[in-house]
Amino acid sequence: MDFISILSIFVLACFVGYYVVWSVTPALHTPLMSVTNAISSVIVVGALIASAAAGSSSSKWFGLVAVALASVNIFGGFAVTARMLAMYKKKERPAPKTPESGGAK
Amino acid sequence: MEPAVAVNPWVAVAYLASGVLFILALRGLSSPATSRTGNRFGMIGMLIAVVTTLVTHFPMTQLALGPDQACFDNCSASPNWSLVGEIFVAIIIGGTIGFVTARKIQMTAMPQLVAAFHSLVGMAAVLVAIAAFLNPGAFGILGGDGNILTVSRIEMSLGAAIGAITFSGSVIAFAKLNGNMSGAPIILPARHVINLGTLAAILVLTGLFAASQHAGPGENNLFWVACALSFAIGFLLIIPIGGADMPVVVSMLNSYSGWAAAAMGFTLHNTAMIITGALVGSSGAILSYIMCRAMNRSFVSVIAGGFGAASSAGGEAKEQRPYKRGSAEDAAFLLKEAENVIIIPGYGMAVAQAQHVLREMADQLKAHGVNVKYAIHPVAGRMPGHMNVLLAEANVPYDEVFELEDINHEFAQCDVAFIIGANDVVNPAAKTDKSSPIYGMPVFDVEKAKTIMFIKRSMSGVGYSGVDNDVFYLDQTMMLLSDAKKMVEEINKALAD
Repeated sequence: MDFISILSIFVLACFVGYYVVWSVTPALHTPLMSVTNAISSVIVVGALIASAAAGSSSSKWFGLVAVALASVNIFGGFAVTARMLAMYKKKERPAPKTPESGGAK
Repeated sequence: MEPAVAVNPWVAVAYLASGVLFILALRGLSSPATSRTGNRFGMIGMLIAVVTTLVTHFPMTQLALGPDQACFDNCSASPNWSLVGEIFVAIIIGGTIGFVTARKIQMTAMPQLVAAFHSLVGMAAVLVAIAAFLNPGAFGILGGDGNILTVSRIEMSLGAAIGAITFSGSVIAFAKLNGNMSGAPIILPARHVINLGTLAAILVLTGLFAASQHAGPGENNLFWVACALSFAIGFLLIIPIGGADMPVVVSMLNSYSGWAAAAMGFTLHNTAMIITGALVGSSGAILSYIMCRAMNRSFVSVIAGGFGAASSAGGEAKEQRPYKRGSAEDAAFLLKEAENVIIIPGYGMAVAQAQHVLREMADQLKAHGVNVKYAIHPVAGRMPGHMNVLLAEANVPYDEVFELEDINHEFAQCDVAFIIGANDVVNPAAKTDKSSPIYGMPVFDVEKAKTIMFIKRSMSGVGYSGVDNDVFYLDQTMMLLSDAKKMVEEINKALAD
């Protein structure tokens, strides 16, 4: 790919990002941060290429450390986002009518 | 030499697919109902990216090639299983640490966790840039003259610089948020000169490196100097920023981690990385903007730092003004009689761990036929949306929780405004007192409510910004002076009787 096509993808993706992020509800801004954090670990692609390449062995070790760091983020980021999102619940509609709703979890 | 990426058109399609899945992951967050599916899209996208990379760059043992050449289709080679093993060990070690941390972390500690995660992305970007610098052949960025391609040199220097700034900046943000370091700004003399000078030096070094005739693999120390300076500047940029501005800093570092990934995506010609970098970069930038707007601070003034250093001196020598003090029983009586109650939680509530008892109070009030809503200020927590997560954890339904602009007009019809652990966000000085440090910040119009209940530990402490609050002394205000959790527990007891 030449530089201009890459730049085009980048610029268009910035616009997509702009509109998609504004549509995120403010109540979910913390999960937004943790999930963007997880997906920015796609840098693991570069780390894997460096690890798997033959040639410079120092480059391989830098790559392997980067794979480990990015993996912390991938697993941690998606897991903590899933954990947070599981907490968001809607109001149980019948609950306000019955006075003793304490038993229902 | 063949470029190392996109050997097969399907590979490019796979990376594009994972980029699109990441867009869908963010799109899902437009409502809590679709958010879980979105998160799953994100995971699938990541899986596709990782598997594609492993398949196309499967580790091979070189048999007939020189040390700097990568091997693709038509050279004799055999799979290097020990290297595959090492890669999986790295993934398993990192993955386990990440997963266990994500399970155990307390929701109040979310800002620190996110700052720590940002630092890892930053460090990973630096390491990948270093690896590309040492072994450009593997990334397909080695030119015919034995030098790294000029444009790639610029891209990887920028990637390394942004990554390094993200790393050291996030480490400081983590230390400040986690209490390993005081939240007070650390002001160096002539810091603006030092910072701008260092930034200029990084750019000049990058330019010289790009223009250099000696830029073979691992050659040319300008790259290392630029990296070292970038680590230093990340540190210098964040230490003068006070604890109150950390929500902006965390959002900003979120943005930086995205730009670092995008820069490395340019180096690797990888669509998934470029799309993701652009998404994350815009996301962090928008969140920083929202946080700045909520505090009525300009982005530049936050970055310049120093806020919260001198302002506490202002509100000290004030005479004691009369206020009304109420008991838990008084509060319970008024709450039970009310028709509409709006609860305004602040970070003090989370510190006191009062969110669960608060939800029990709301349940009791609802059982008495009271209409209960929660009002959240954008800076109520320590990061964007933090308070919403804390309430969700306490099983507060998200459709009872409202944002500032959606609920502010309702205070006129509200019988009780119940303020717990918040202060600056209900301070009318933000609307009236031009000399106040929080002037211009959007605040809740609690003074329009019939009764205001204000839970506060004592009358001596003032808010984060160090400003006195006129709401304490209003006729309709009842001060409930106690620990937030204890007070709400007592109200609950009184309500149950």
